[in-house]
Amino acid sequence: MKFKALTAVAALLAAPLAYAGGPDDDTLVVNEEVEMATKVAAPAHMSDTGIDTIMSGWHFRTDETQSLQMDDFENPSMIFVDQAVDYFETVDGTEGKSCASCHESVEEFAGLSATMPKMIDGKLTTMEDLLNSHRAEAMGAEPWKWSSAEMQALVALIGLQSRGMPMNVAIDGDAAPYWEQGKEMYYTRYGQLELSCANCHEENYGNFIRADHLSQGQINGFPTYRLKQAKLISRHNRFRGCIRDTRGETFAEGSDEFRALELYVASRGNGLSVETPAVRQ
Amino acid sequence: MRLTTITAAVTLVAGVAVAETVAPGDVQFTEYGEVTQSLTGQPGDAERGKTVFSSRSKGNCVACHAVAQLADVPFHGEVGPELTWTGEVRSAEELRGIVANAKMMFEGTVMPAFYKTTGFTRPGDGYTGKAAAGDLAPILTAQEIEDVVAFLLTLQEG
Ligand code: HEC
Ligand code: HEC
Repeated sequence: MKFKALTAVAALLAAPLAYAGGPDDDTLVVNEEVEMATKVAAPAHMSDTGIDTIMSGWHFRTDETQSLQMDDFENPSMIFVDQAVDYFETVDGTEGKSCASCHESVEEFAGLSATMPKMIDGKLTTMEDLLNSHRAEAMGAEPWKWSSAEMQALVALIGLQSRGMPMNVAIDGDAAPYWEQGKEMYYTRYGQLELSCANCHEENYGNFIRADHLSQGQINGFPTYRLKQAKLISRHNRFRGCIRDTRGETFAEGSDEFRALELYVASRGNGLSVETPAVRQ
Repeated sequence: MRLTTITAAVTLVAGVAVAETVAPGDVQFTEYGEVTQSLTGQPGDAERGKTVFSSRSKGNCVACHAVAQLADVPFHGEVGPELTWTGEVRSAEELRGIVANAKMMFEGTVMPAFYKTTGFTRPGDGYTGKAAAGDLAPILTAQEIEDVVAFLLTLQEG
């Protein structure tokens, strides 16, 4: 089952404590019908990273965690996605409208999440931004907090409409300066531990850091359901947690810095299938 | 006779004075990244060093390094090299330098500096995610570094 079985055995013989590291060689098929592209050639912009194959975080999880994402009846995210179907039709705000007042069906958003974040009216826009701006402008409703249950449930519902489609965020044109900013952040060694995203997710993916099996830190499955926290986790919340773990001062969820980082990290997943909503440990 | 005794006593006192704790900013590294002088003048305690090595709130070295002698500690990482034999191949001076600031020996290494207080990007207040309130303390104290070095020196096969 494990791709690196031979290497792992060799490592075990040499070093009795080594784990069987590396990604596995399993195939992710959801509901026995949608086969996901979970290992694909890295996009051209990653040619200087030393990574030639980009991989879904799914490959670094245990068989038990993996299986939860293979069947929507077992995927705990789906409870929240169901709630989002209700939010979609719930009137909120001064205009007496719901999402459904303007959008016939959530299915019309197929493909949208695969291209987010993107430039809209000169602003780098994430799905959370898009939802809050429609709430404000069309509905006259209060903004939702970035990582609130409602927000992430709806981000997940809209993301689900693109499940199986390849991630394809634009990094050129007026997005280019934001992409550059995000790239610089990715290689910045934050905090007292002086660790960058790249130190863990580019140089050490496949290795264990204590009990954690490091992945490439991809966001094609976000929002993801985290078993440890028993809820949907936003992209920015994950970034915050990773910078906090460097003994660093994080950025705020919804900050311009995290928008730029989100664009850059998303672009490192261009070509992977959208897996939203994924399941993680 | 008497005079000699007094001189010896004076030397002893002076010796203790010289061996005061070396502040993080004052650590002298050789060009290879070793630190020849003890940071405290007190011998390290290998037992305490083992705790510093293994515990999450101290060095958490085991997060990145596997050590066969620590079979009772769960989850050894593999980001850094296994250290089961390090006491045979590395000197106290090298080990002190590596733990104090590994970047002096291994340029650009992923291994954090454990006895350094300045030069960070967005230093935080421990693991809170908030900005550091004031000057940072080093991750390990001078004596904890000496203790870890003493522990590392015990890591020999057989
Ligand atoms: C100290 C090591 C470390 C650093 C530095 C780090 N991460 Fe992580 N990250 C982890 C660990 C451990 C996990 C959980 C296991 C995994 O999926 O890799 C994780 C998970 C993630 C995930 C979730 C992946 C998934 O499939 O669910 C993303 C996204 C991520 N990191 C992005 C980042 C970004 C962006 C940065 C820089 C701002 C960063 N990380 C810095 C250790 C780190
Ligand atoms: C985040 C990961 C990480 C942590 C935490 C860490 N190390 Fe390291 N360590 C490394 C890496 C990576 C190297 C390899 C140096 C290189 O070439 O970059 C290394 C090298 C070493 C070496 C030298 C091995 C050799 O002989 O070449 C020693 C000794 C060592 N570490 C001890 C420690 C101790 C003691 C601690 C805790 C106080 C610690 N390390 C914490 C990653 C880490």
